[in-house]
Amino acid sequence: MSFFYFLSAFLLINRLLKSVKYTDIWLKWKPVLAYSQWGVIITYVVLQSLFNHNDHSDAIMMLAGAALLLGIVLFVEKENDFKNWGFYLKAHYPLIAVGFINGIVMLVASRFYDDQYVYFVVAIVGSFVWIFSRWAVSKKQREELRMASAKNAELDRLVAERTAELTLQKNELEKALVQLQTTQQQLIQSEKLASLGELTAGIAHEIQNPLNFVNNFSEVSMELVDEMEQELNKGDKEEAMAIAADIKQNLEKIRHHGQRADGIVKGMLQHSRASSNTKEPTDINKLADEYFRLAYHGLRAKDKSFNAELETNFADGLPMVNVVPQDVGRVFLNLFNNAFYAVKERQKAEGADFKPVVKVSTVVNGKYVNVWVEDNGIGIPDAVKDKILQPFFTTKPTGEGTGLGLSLSYDIIVKGHGGKIDVETKENDHTMFTISLPL
Amino acid sequence: MKILVVDDEADVQPLFLQRFRREIKAHELEFDFALSGEEALAYLKARHSEVVLILSDINMPGMSGIELLSRIRHDYETPPPVVMMITAYGDEENHRQAMQNGANDFLTKPLDFNLLKEKLKTIIE
Repeated sequence: MSFFYFLSAFLLINRLLKSVKYTDIWLKWKPVLAYSQWGVIITYVVLQSLFNHNDHSDAIMMLAGAALLLGIVLFVEKENDFKNWGFYLKAHYPLIAVGFINGIVMLVASRFYDDQYVYFVVAIVGSFVWIFSRWAVSKKQREELRMASAKNAELDRLVAERTAELTLQKNELEKALVQLQTTQQQLIQSEKLASLGELTAGIAHEIQNPLNFVNNFSEVSMELVDEMEQELNKGDKEEAMAIAADIKQNLEKIRHHGQRADGIVKGMLQHSRASSNTKEPTDINKLADEYFRLAYHGLRAKDKSFNAELETNFADGLPMVNVVPQDVGRVFLNLFNNAFYAVKERQKAEGADFKPVVKVSTVVNGKYVNVWVEDNGIGIPDAVKDKILQPFFTTKPTGEGTGLGLSLSYDIIVKGHGGKIDVETKENDHTMFTISLPL
Repeated sequence: MKILVVDDEADVQPLFLQRFRREIKAHELEFDFALSGEEALAYLKARHSEVVLILSDINMPGMSGIELLSRIRHDYETPPPVVMMITAYGDEENHRQAMQNGANDFLTKPLDFNLLKEKLKTIIE
């Protein structure tokens, strides 16, 4: 009867051995399982021969067999590699339990055992058959478990793949974002440089005029000196005095125009200086006037046919305002350029009969100084009016404007100086921008 | 010979008056000045027949020199005064426009007065 136990142990190990064949745990388990198989057989033979002549040999063999089987089952149950075998391993417990009961009863109540022998045998055989019956089910179960874990592994793989894809996309987007931010900074910088470039053309022209006068009056004065010498030689003192007066006047004009040029250059140096961000008391009238003419000449340097009437209406005794002159100057420049553009566009549409007029005026308004820039150009349509302060918004054709002028102006006036920008406009009639700077 | 000089810069006046001092003294030339195209037209309205030569700047606020030129050619055809354009922008476009509108000559600033004197001589003759 104990034979069943050793047989079960052998079969179990055999099944395990077959299952790991050609898997990746084959090398790990083959030696153990192969030797265990032999071990079972040897143990049986050895025990059999050892206890053959013992009175209780049956009981001892039974107990030994059950113990061996139990040991093997417990060992395999703990092994992770055989974690799907639980169902089949547990099927051995009835046999093991019956074995221990048999053995103990045989030892302790042998007569009872002999009387009920049939039942005990039936129990052993039944448990043995039970193991077999559980095999088919367990095989199916193991298959299902294996497929489920394979599916899980596949899903994990897919998830990891997707995650990798998304991470890649996220990194690309982050890079693109950084690039966009850099480009934006570059555009803002180039806008500033562009406005500086426009200034340069206007400034160059502005300087040319006074320089011409300096040259011309110097030449004339040289001629006059010659004439004066002649008159003195002739003895015509009166004429010589008249000429002398002219020469004096010329020199005064030379000085005047020289100073004009000097002022322009100083102004230009100020513009090209990196904005200091420090506010200083500034004459708004002078600032607006200077940039007004600069904007006009700048535009004319680019477009010789451009012409417009410039009107200025500066309030007398306007108090000084604490501003960063380069920044506010840039705002004025932008507004003037826009105004000139608007009237030019209207002239293109309406022809020579249209008289472009651009006006700048200043006035004190309560706690603010108001600067009005008005033009009789094409105006701003309602649909567009809300967008004009947005960065990169422009109605100009591609390449002609960055669309940053007004948004930078807004930043400077509102955020930088706590002021206001307002616009009042009528399409094809006029536009008026009001800058308010706090006193 | 009466010459009208049109330029928005007031300082051209003493310049011309001094440069042509001799000629003015000898009553060979007489200069009048207008500070804008509009002023020039008003002057011409009154004294058209007297003016023989008009020297005009092109780049002026308000009415440009080119516009003044075309007005002169349109309104004052008999006799047509000689009109010479003076300008700081001596480029092709300006030159073309001036000639197209009937200018007799085209001079660039800074004015070469000797050249101008030569040209005036040929007109007088």
